[in-house]
Amino acid sequence: MSGTDIGFWGVPLAMFAGAIRVSTPFLFVSLGECLTEKSGRINLGLEGTLVFGAMSGYAVSYLTGSPWLGVLAAGISGMFFGAIHGYICKLPKVNDIAIGIAMMLFGTGLAFFFGKPFIQPQAPHLPSINLGGWSDYPQIQSALEINPLFLVGAVLAVAMWWAFKNTRWGLIIRMTGDSAPAALAMGYSVDLVRFLATTVGGFFAGVGGAFLSLYYPGAWSEGLSSGQGLMAVALVIFSRWNPLLCFGAALLFGAAGAIGPALQSVGITQGYYFFNAAPYLLTLFIMIASVSPKRSLKGAPGELSITK
Amino acid sequence: MSAFTLNRRTLLKSAAIGSLGLTTGLLTQRSAFAADLTIGIIYVGSRDDYGWNQAHAVAAKALAAVPGVKVVEEENVPETVAVSKTMESMVELDGAGLIFATSFGYYSPFMVDAAKKYPDVQFRHAAPLWTDKDPKNAGSYFGYLDQAHYIDGIAAGLSTKSNKLGFVAAKPISSVLSNINSFTIGARKVNPNATVQVIFTGDWSMPVREAEATNALIDAGCDVITCHVDSPKTVIQNAEAKGVKSCGHNASQADLAPKGFITGAEYKWETIYKQYADTLTKGGELPNFLSGGYDLDFVQNTPYGAGATPEAIKAADAAKVEMKAKVPVFVGPLKDNTGKEVIPAGTSHAPYDPWIDQINFLVEGVTGSIT
Repeated sequence: MSGTDIGFWGVPLAMFAGAIRVSTPFLFVSLGECLTEKSGRINLGLEGTLVFGAMSGYAVSYLTGSPWLGVLAAGISGMFFGAIHGYICKLPKVNDIAIGIAMMLFGTGLAFFFGKPFIQPQAPHLPSINLGGWSDYPQIQSALEINPLFLVGAVLAVAMWWAFKNTRWGLIIRMTGDSAPAALAMGYSVDLVRFLATTVGGFFAGVGGAFLSLYYPGAWSEGLSSGQGLMAVALVIFSRWNPLLCFGAALLFGAAGAIGPALQSVGITQGYYFFNAAPYLLTLFIMIASVSPKRSLKGAPGELSITK
Repeated sequence: MSAFTLNRRTLLKSAAIGSLGLTTGLLTQRSAFAADLTIGIIYVGSRDDYGWNQAHAVAAKALAAVPGVKVVEEENVPETVAVSKTMESMVELDGAGLIFATSFGYYSPFMVDAAKKYPDVQFRHAAPLWTDKDPKNAGSYFGYLDQAHYIDGIAAGLSTKSNKLGFVAAKPISSVLSNINSFTIGARKVNPNATVQVIFTGDWSMPVREAEATNALIDAGCDVITCHVDSPKTVIQNAEAKGVKSCGHNASQADLAPKGFITGAEYKWETIYKQYADTLTKGGELPNFLSGGYDLDFVQNTPYGAGATPEAIKAADAAKVEMKAKVPVFVGPLKDNTGKEVIPAGTSHAPYDPWIDQINFLVEGVTGSIT
């Protein structure tokens, strides 16, 4: 046994590291979706926004040499997608879920179209903060290489949780989501609130995409997102529209994604198809658990078209 | 998702097919002119994926430089009825006389049906699937990449310090398993202490999981990483970022890892494509089944990178000479990684032995399981 061999401890460590590495896109998309749904609308198009954000972030990082500009560009492009969704949905008799699916296809298609010239080049990556310098184990050091976006996401989750509870803005968004007539009676434009919530939600999802292409796995390719944007939507329901729980759920999904490779790396090689499917199985169980007829969706915004 | 991308050729086709209706019959009757050949190449992904598609695209580029040959390409064609439409439009609109369908799932029923529909056009598919029952204007071509992975293994076995090599693999099918096995046999031939740890991701293109697998292998102590996935970009980039060495797959990834790249197993489709074009422009007949390895120049290794040690280069160069002389890789006695003997002492399997296409085990020295 060499000094760096940590044997079976590799599995929990890999899950911990995976939770940090893989969770960030989940976190940003689910926070964006949480904000949108709190205002009473569902944006299923965030998968498309995520992919387009990944492409535009990578492209801008490559063209300008600054990954942070790439993150900003990804966010702004996400805002546009959010704004389109928000605008179309305020037209009469428009179904937000159908528009979301259309936006998802539109976003991925557009990203593939514009992304062609950026598959080959290598864009500068986002830096990471090394918090593992105290440890002699390279595994722990690499697990604690944390991207600033992860920390931003964590702070954002807390801030959103606090803002929903304690600020006027949070109250307006929650009110719009729970009862449009109440918001109207108070003199707020329901459409405007939802438009802004969807736009800002799109910004978050775009930033999540930039993390995929600019940090981990760290390259733009057309197969980059394996449904992370869609899983994040399920995650919002799982976390009962609570930003803090979104953070926890994102970590859980990240860890679940790391199980498959980690178990194989310590020699548990049987049944890896099952372990690789862990995040998807988790989604399925969450869906089953959350539709129980006895526990109605607590915390669900009353105006959401799925709960209406 | 690519099914929904706006596709210029399909769009053109649907617009033009109506007006072409009457002339279609005439067009299909047209025979290829002796010195003027249009070749259509269809990719399942993007042409510059640092992997399988790029290997074909590099060859397409070389082919386009041949006088009298025109190349038309289409990327991101899913393995669905979409490929039928693409082939149809390549024949009808571009007048293609030879079509290369480069993805596994294009073959049946899509390419077989197209070959029946257009008997004057030659169709070739990049996997050993053609049988006597299929149309005579269809066929298969294939390169035995396991020979190049064997060279990779030899170079990796002499470039490792921890004696632990990592292999990120997509699916446990025979072509992947024979690459893992050849890599392992090569590594252990020059370094009996070397072991290979394999992680299956379960699919051909899963960037996040490939990155996780790479990290897990590195955390487990592997200091050389190689892979068999569609696009090795993620694996090689992550290995380089973590400061470990890497061996490539499919196409050249040397520029992704300036510090740690050892060498890589590459296809050289160019040889096959040029051979086909040459035969057709001279009016000859194409073989239905064409496969080969190092001896026919169908596979090659990427030029050595900074990660290759001098001993590794020396041993790998010697092994290349052996491969060109068709020296067998699979020599008995050989056990699989559960201890069962798979090749008895005294027997060996030469390159191109159908036995190699049927491999369903991992050799001794591999940590991993195919179920």
